[in-house]
Amino acid sequence: MKLPTSGCLLIAAFLLLFSPILQAEDLLMARVAATFPESMLKLQTVLKKNGQKLSRVQRVDIGLTKSGFKTDKYRIVFFGRPEEVRQISDQYPMLIPYLPHKIAIFAEEDETLLVAPNPEHLFVSDDPKLKAIIKRWHDDLVKIFHDMRED
Amino acid sequence: MFIRTLLLLVVTQLIAATPLMAKSGEALFRQHCAACHGYDGSGGVGVPLTLPDFQYSVTDDYLRTTIRLGRPGRVMPAFPSLTDDDITQLVKYIRGWSYGKPYNYPDKPISGDVKHGEKLYMQYCAACHGQHGEGGQGTGVTFSRPRNLPIIAPALNNPGFLKAASDQFIKEALMNGRDGTPMISYRKHGLSEQDINDIVVYVRSFENIPLPLEQQPVESVEATMVFDSPYDLETTIKNIKEAAVGNNFRLIREQSLDYGLVEPEKENTKQRIVYFCNFSTLNKALAIDPRVGLFLPCRITAVEKNGKVKVYAINPKRLSSLFNNAELNKLCNEMSETYLSIIEDATL
Ligand code: HEC
Ligand code: HEC
Repeated sequence: MKLPTSGCLLIAAFLLLFSPILQAEDLLMARVAATFPESMLKLQTVLKKNGQKLSRVQRVDIGLTKSGFKTDKYRIVFFGRPEEVRQISDQYPMLIPYLPHKIAIFAEEDETLLVAPNPEHLFVSDDPKLKAIIKRWHDDLVKIFHDMRED
Repeated sequence: MFIRTLLLLVVTQLIAATPLMAKSGEALFRQHCAACHGYDGSGGVGVPLTLPDFQYSVTDDYLRTTIRLGRPGRVMPAFPSLTDDDITQLVKYIRGWSYGKPYNYPDKPISGDVKHGEKLYMQYCAACHGQHGEGGQGTGVTFSRPRNLPIIAPALNNPGFLKAASDQFIKEALMNGRDGTPMISYRKHGLSEQDINDIVVYVRSFENIPLPLEQQPVESVEATMVFDSPYDLETTIKNIKEAAVGNNFRLIREQSLDYGLVEPEKENTKQRIVYFCNFSTLNKALAIDPRVGLFLPCRITAVEKNGKVKVYAINPKRLSSLFNNAELNKLCNEMSETYLSIIEDATL
């Protein structure tokens, strides 16, 4: 049986629009109405308030300005819950490359943008325990981003 | 009893006060849209939503469908999990930037000469909107460019756009243009209404042309790559470093997985991360989409458990699907290949 071209295209378009990899917010993002240094400080406070420990901060600005990129204020902030990192890396080693968690934070003029991958879109699983872990990661990030947006 | 009632009261108050619960249009816009379109809707990564000509020419339905379906491959995400009510609130909020009543379309499909439309499209539109309607390079006003640069032309072959836009909507954009953007009025620039109808029919015909390969969605793959290493942990780490350098990366640092999270003497030295970076690839990627900083720096983790050593890395191919940015796909595929080749070199 041969589908007419338009039928194939319709199916293709349908798959394109509704394929699971395009579901919901794949990246969590927040705009903070504050300068980069202020937002960096705030992020550290917010992480702490949400029970997270800062692991370290990576600068990414080497060479950025040279290549015409309009911001040299760019950091990756690594953090986690110490106990969780230990447990999860032991029980679910496929999560290891995503630990500790990270948030990219960079300036856009006098405001600041934050980005993190949505863990619920990276790891789809039927294992209820793993599901619960991923959901908590997601909820933690949503809460952190929410707190960052608030004044 | 009194205390319990009081507690209950306090808790309900707290819940009611949590802005996460309040699904006002403004709250929804701040949470889901402002990162790209700006708090005031004036644009950033995304196009401005406040321009009078934009507000005048879009219907509520256009906004609704755009939010629901997004622009696959063009950064603007789909929002399948927002409720219809959320979307109504969002549309109301966006309409708050309007200067008057939007244009009321006759809901009629347009007919015309598609061949003639194609000719005109190539002559007048392709330079900005692309040969296949794939849009200008980059999107919106983008983070990596100063705000005063012109807005980048949106993709017209995008399934999300074509679904949202009626023929009359496209015609209106051509007849009137969008003041304050590079999109001019083609009526004022000498095209006849029939010419414009022909172009509309041609733009509509993008629906029947398969998307160019680089615009197609990426296949879904596992988020993590795992390999067994036949070597002990120290040798594996040494190999990873050599392989990274051999693949034109610069080593940045080595640390344990729980570095900074626990006391230094309590760190688990059997889980070790090697960070490395290639600045020219990095700059290329950041120029396309500054959010790719999330990949950075490149990293491979070696873990010894029960005497066996395994090597873990993210799969950039999988991560690229998160960005909904077709321009990144090629770069991410290349990065996946590079990761593979480093790991293979290290565990051979
Ligand atoms: C100089 C570059 C340029 C040229 C040439 C141009 N456009 Fe545009 N066009 C734009 C930009 C930029 C926008 C976005 C305006 C905005 O943000 O509201 C746009 C918007 C549009 C829209 C509305 C799309 C949307 O998502 O709202 C349509 C339809 C459109 N153009 C069609 C055309 C057609 C057809 C032609 C040829 C007759 C054409 N354009 C020529 C730059 C251009
Ligand atoms: C990750 C960035 C991003 C987010 C988040 C985002 N958008 Fe967009 N949006 C874009 C980009 C980029 C475009 C232009 C697409 C193109 O160039 O083809 C766009 C286009 C649009 C358009 C079409 C404009 C036109 O000229 O036709 C509307 C309407 C819109 N977005 C509304 C929203 C709303 C409402 C939300 C929140 C629910 C939202 N967007 C979230 C990036 C984003």
